Amino acid sequence: MHTKRIIPCLDVKNGRVVKGTNFVELKDAGDPVALAHQYDVEKADELVFLDITASVEQRKSVLDVINRTAGEVFMPLTVGGGISTVADVRNALNAGADKTSLNTAAVKDPSILAEGAKLFGSQCMVLAVDAKRCGENKWEVYINGGRTPTGKDVVEWIQQAVRLGAGEILLTSMDADGTKNGYDIPLTRAVAEAVSVPVIASGGAGALEHFYDVLTLGKADAVLAASVFHYKEFTIRQVKEYLRSKGVEVRI
Amino acid sequence: MNKQIVIIDYGSGNLHSVSKAVTAIGADPLVTSDPQKIAAASKIILPGVGAFGDCMHNLQSYHLEEVIVQALQAGKPFLGICLGLQLLFEGSEETPGVAGLGFFKGNITKIVTPYKIPHMGWNKLELRAASPLLSQVSGEYVYFVHSYHAQPLDKGIVTAVCDYGQEVVASVGRDNVQAVQFHPEKSSSVGLKILQAFKEWQP
Repeated sequence: MHTKRIIPCLDVKNGRVVKGTNFVELKDAGDPVALAHQYDVEKADELVFLDITASVEQRKSVLDVINRTAGEVFMPLTVGGGISTVADVRNALNAGADKTSLNTAAVKDPSILAEGAKLFGSQCMVLAVDAKRCGENKWEVYINGGRTPTGKDVVEWIQQAVRLGAGEILLTSMDADGTKNGYDIPLTRAVAEAVSVPVIASGGAGALEHFYDVLTLGKADAVLAASVFHYKEFTIRQVKEYLRSKGVEVRI
Repeated sequence: MNKQIVIIDYGSGNLHSVSKAVTAIGADPLVTSDPQKIAAASKIILPGVGAFGDCMHNLQSYHLEEVIVQALQAGKPFLGICLGLQLLFEGSEETPGVAGLGFFKGNITKIVTPYKIPHMGWNKLELRAASPLLSQVSGEYVYFVHSYHAQPLDKGIVTAVCDYGQEVVASVGRDNVQAVQFHPEKSSSVGLKILQAFKEWQP
C-alpha cells in the first residue's frame, strides 16, 4: 500500500545546515551530509534543502551541499530557495537534486513551470506556495519569503500552475507557521481537493495528532516539518509509529 | 571481475543519481551515449525520466535503438529503470503511435486509481515470481514516481507488484533482462541492495 510521506526540511546557509543542531550524537550537527544520514536512518521519506543564503554569489554553496549529500544518501532530494531560472533548475538537478521547488519566480513568470516540466519532467517541478487567509475559505498567495502579497487566489494559482506543469505542491500556511497549533486543515483540504497532483502540507506542526489530522482531514499526501524534528520534540520514527497506530500507512 | 556498469545517456533524465548509487555499491559507472561503448559493455542500465514519446525519440536521435536491441538479445545483464522499463514494451497510451523497443509484449497504460497521479512516494513490493534482483527485498518499501505502468501480455514476466488502488506492475524480467518501475537509486538501503544484486548477477 502507498504510504504517506514525512519530509524534514533543512535550512542551508553558506553550505551549512542551520537550526539543525539538536542531533546531539553528531560530531558536527551543521554538516548536511551527517544530518541527511541521520534522517535516512530515521526513515525520512525525502529531504528538502531550503537555501536561505542571502546573497546570490553564495548560492552555489547549496549545490555543493546537494552534491555531497547525493553521493551518500539515496533518497529523493528537493532544493528550494533561490531557484529562479531554468538554468537554476538544471544546475540543481546536475548537482544531484531530484526536484526543485519554485515560489516567487513561478509567480513572476509562470512559464518557467511549463519550460521546466518539458525539459526535465513535471516530477522535478514543485510549486511552493505561501498562503495567508484573507476571508472565509479564501487564501492569498504571498511571495518574497512571505513579505509581498500578490492579490492572487491560492487555489486558482495552484490550479493554473498544475496545468502548466507543476508536479507537486508544497503548501505553507503563513497563519499556522510557527504557531505549533497544527497545520491549516481547511487550506490544505481545499488545495488537495482542487488538484490531481500530490500536496505536501507545511507549517504549524506541534503535536503528533497534527500530522494525523492534516493527512486525513486535510487530505495531504505528505507533511513537511522543520523545527519539531530539528529540536527533537519528536523524531520521525515517533511520528510514523503514531500514524501507523492510527491506521495511516507509513514506511517504518 | 569487470565492475563496470554502463549507464545509457540519451538526454532523458537525471543520470547523476543512478551513477552515484552505482559508485556507492562498489561498481564503476560509465555514463555514455557512445554506441560502441554500449556494444562493448558487460552490464547495462537504461534509466529514463519524462514522457514515453520524448524518451523514444531521444533514443532514436542518439542512434541507440539498434545497439540496445542487440544487447537485449545478446544475453547481457540489462536493467531498465522507470521509463527504462516502459521503453522495453511495444508502446504507451502516453504517446500513442510511437513504437517502443518491443522486447516485452504488451503496452504501457495510465494508472487508474482513486489516489493521486503521479504515483509518487514509497510503496511496498509484493513478489510474484523469482527475481534475481529482488529476492532479498520482498515486502520492503521502494520509491516510485510515475503515472503510467506496464500491462505485459505474458503475466509470467511480472516479478513484483504494488497496491495503489489498482495493482501496479513494479518489476518485470525474463532471462538477462530485468526492469523496475521504481527508482532503486532513490530507495535508500533497499535500493542499493537491488543494485548490488544486479552487480553480482550472472544470468
